[in-house]
Amino acid sequence: MLHILPLLFFQYFTTNPELILVLKVVLSIVAVISLVAVLGLFLIYMERKVAAAMQLRLGPNRVGYIGTLQTMADTLKLLTKEGFTPGESDKFMFFLAPVIVITSAVLAFAPIPFAKGYQFWNLEIGVFYVPAVASISVIGVLMGGWASNNKYSLIGAMRSGAQIVSYELSVGLSLVSIVVLTGSMNFTTIIMSQENGWWIFKGHIPVVISFVIFLIASTAEINRTPFDLSEAESELTAGFHTEYSGIQLAMFLLAEYVNMFVISAVAATLYFGGWMPLHIGHWEAFNHIMNFIPGVIWFVGKTLFVIFIIMWFRWTFPRLRIDQLLNLEWKYLMPISLVNLLLVTIITLMGWHF
Amino acid sequence: MQPTVEVLNERDYILNVGPQHPSTHGVLHLRIKIEGETILDVEPVLGYIHRSIEKMSEALTYRQFIQMTSRMDYLSAHMNNLACALAIENALQVEVPDKVKYIRTILCELTRLASHQLWWAANGLDLGAVTPFFLAFRDREAITDIFEEVCGSRLTMNYIVPGGLMEDVPEGFADKIKTYLDTFERTLSEYDQLLTGNEIFRGRNIGVGVLTKEEALAYGCTGPVARASGLSCDVRKWFPYEMYDKLSFEEIILTEGDSYARYKVRIAEMYQSIKILRQLLDGIPEGDFQAKVKKIIKLPAGEFYQRVETARGEFGVYIVSDGKSSSPYRIKFRSPGLSNLAALPFMTKGAKIGDLIAVMASLDLVIPDIDR
Amino acid sequence: MGYFKDIYVAVSSMLEGMKLTGRNFLHFRKYLTQEYPENRDSLVLSPRFKGELILKHTLENEHRCTGCSACELACPNGTIRIISKREETADGKSKKRLDAFVWQHAMCTFCALCVDACPTDALKMDQAFEFAVTDRAMLMKKLNKEGSNLVEELK
Repeated sequence: MLHILPLLFFQYFTTNPELILVLKVVLSIVAVISLVAVLGLFLIYMERKVAAAMQLRLGPNRVGYIGTLQTMADTLKLLTKEGFTPGESDKFMFFLAPVIVITSAVLAFAPIPFAKGYQFWNLEIGVFYVPAVASISVIGVLMGGWASNNKYSLIGAMRSGAQIVSYELSVGLSLVSIVVLTGSMNFTTIIMSQENGWWIFKGHIPVVISFVIFLIASTAEINRTPFDLSEAESELTAGFHTEYSGIQLAMFLLAEYVNMFVISAVAATLYFGGWMPLHIGHWEAFNHIMNFIPGVIWFVGKTLFVIFIIMWFRWTFPRLRIDQLLNLEWKYLMPISLVNLLLVTIITLMGWHF
Repeated sequence: MQPTVEVLNERDYILNVGPQHPSTHGVLHLRIKIEGETILDVEPVLGYIHRSIEKMSEALTYRQFIQMTSRMDYLSAHMNNLACALAIENALQVEVPDKVKYIRTILCELTRLASHQLWWAANGLDLGAVTPFFLAFRDREAITDIFEEVCGSRLTMNYIVPGGLMEDVPEGFADKIKTYLDTFERTLSEYDQLLTGNEIFRGRNIGVGVLTKEEALAYGCTGPVARASGLSCDVRKWFPYEMYDKLSFEEIILTEGDSYARYKVRIAEMYQSIKILRQLLDGIPEGDFQAKVKKIIKLPAGEFYQRVETARGEFGVYIVSDGKSSSPYRIKFRSPGLSNLAALPFMTKGAKIGDLIAVMASLDLVIPDIDR
Repeated sequence: MGYFKDIYVAVSSMLEGMKLTGRNFLHFRKYLTQEYPENRDSLVLSPRFKGELILKHTLENEHRCTGCSACELACPNGTIRIISKREETADGKSKKRLDAFVWQHAMCTFCALCVDACPTDALKMDQAFEFAVTDRAMLMKKLNKEGSNLVEELK
């Protein structure tokens, strides 16, 4: 009798719908957290290698084979460091800020499809959900900057507030142009609509413009050079996270890279078809060959391509000034994306896209 | 021009930039009064790296104190040494051989190139672009290698001594510089590609930190800072020393007076330095590397002043000798950085915090030079 | 129209810069940096590089320092200290000889004025450069080797 007990347990677990849901949730959480950790380690390593190559350096090369374990060692160092809280600071808010930032970054993973059927939550309003959740991080940044009781942190946080609130608009408007083309906010539906070609090829010039605007505005959203005013190293030492150290600093840094991944994943999904292989119209043979490459490779490849472009920006351009930053948004990106949205709407209504 | 406004007011928002700050290039301390992002007032606070070089020099002999000057403006070490050597030679009325003059001028122009390269590197870094830093250091590294072969040091040389040079230049000195200049002329165009034309860089610099000619004159600004404001002040032209009166080169003068003009002056000066070097390298005469100067130098009683053009502007050495001892009675250095920094509050009033950094980068400050 | 021209100029100037970094990225094997401890063997320092001060010794353990302390006087930082002793020569005269040539590495500014000042050409700047120690006292160095003598020609 005893030897079938495990089987019984297994049967009980697999048949009870509530328990299955709990199991699913637990598994998802574990999966997301490990994904985030691995992504952080990998992206920081990639950033350092890309930067090194662009500056004709070697980059990390001491820990592990060609420095692959360098970020692991750095993280270990950060984790063992003392979490320092400045005197006079608002202790509770100071503690809460990195948690909010990292939470918002992780939440944005929910609706992103990694491969066919591999999605944490097939949300009907996925395109709306990602920027909505991602922009919660500005609250964390503002809290951290305010609670630090440091003038540099405060200026950095205020800059970040102005910046993210403005650039949210352009990000949203350029996302809307794809929503207009597909008529859906569901990521999976959007991907399926690109079965006969990605939107960047199908949607004529307006989609290319909207992709460029999305790239620029989202670079600003995730606080990266040339828009890294909130942590401008040469101006504000480290901006809003000047006073953070140890694991709390690690959370801020991790959130930056996770956000970068999410933004790139969204761009890859909307403009490059996510896990959809490269299909060209009715070339059946070509499409069939492309189908042999698994979807997850397509997805990761496209995402890394977008990440590489964002890194390319960072290691080429100087930083903007705060008034130029707002000028760029309100005088250039915003009007252009509005006109562009109009063009996309016309294209959709007339059915001019492929 | 009103004097600097009282900065400490109870209700003002004061931000201390420095003495430990990534873009003050050392230990400069600026107390800035801000309202939001706008700067209302700037007050430079000095004294964090004061080593009393002037006072220390009074206890050292004329040969000994020269090595201290390498540690003031360490990016113009050769020029500083040259100024001291020239002052002593003029006092002693020693005529150095032609070869020495040639080599001294070559070394000075190489130093100017190296200094401007480092300024370009730091300028990019201050504005948030990291890649220029490495590209400029690539070029600067080759110059420091040449210095290492010639002088044995890479930064704080003590090669130009009263009466000539420490030792003769090594074999193949001119050829090595010639090959270097050929490669550098090619890479110099990358500088324009990466920063000069870049729209963000132009936006950050054009019209920022404007210094008028009158202000430049009133504050004793020299070097590229003054020349960008339309003030002709090149010591190499006005008070030629060594080979400069026999060379053909232009004094770069622009009239805009903003950060971008200062940037362009320095870039153009690099081309001029290359031109000067090319003229000199072919005709280095044979000869001795030292004139006859006594081991223990004693200057005649009197006051001696010698100015040279360093990468930052006019550097002057003022020596008072009592005629009896073998060390100076009083020594005073006129450093270009101090005067250029003095104009900073006028250039940044009403600007943004980011502009302050851009303007400081365009001033090319070396703090140990300001605070001797 | 100026509006669109601005955008065109801005974007093309940015692409120009990206072209350069992109080219660098593709030619990353031309890196500028060196892997330091690994390249120790291939590291070439110029013969004039001033790393440390040494007293030249011959194979017979003889140096050229007469203990005249010209270098001590020439040093701007008081880095050198010459300790001399009286020594009986073969013909019964008492002569000044070098006992210890003490050089404080930590205080040296490597101006090479001592090398310049030496009348007997006894000093030299050497190329070694790895001098990290755990105690500052270890940077106080005695330059004349144990049991060394003055060369015959200078006696």
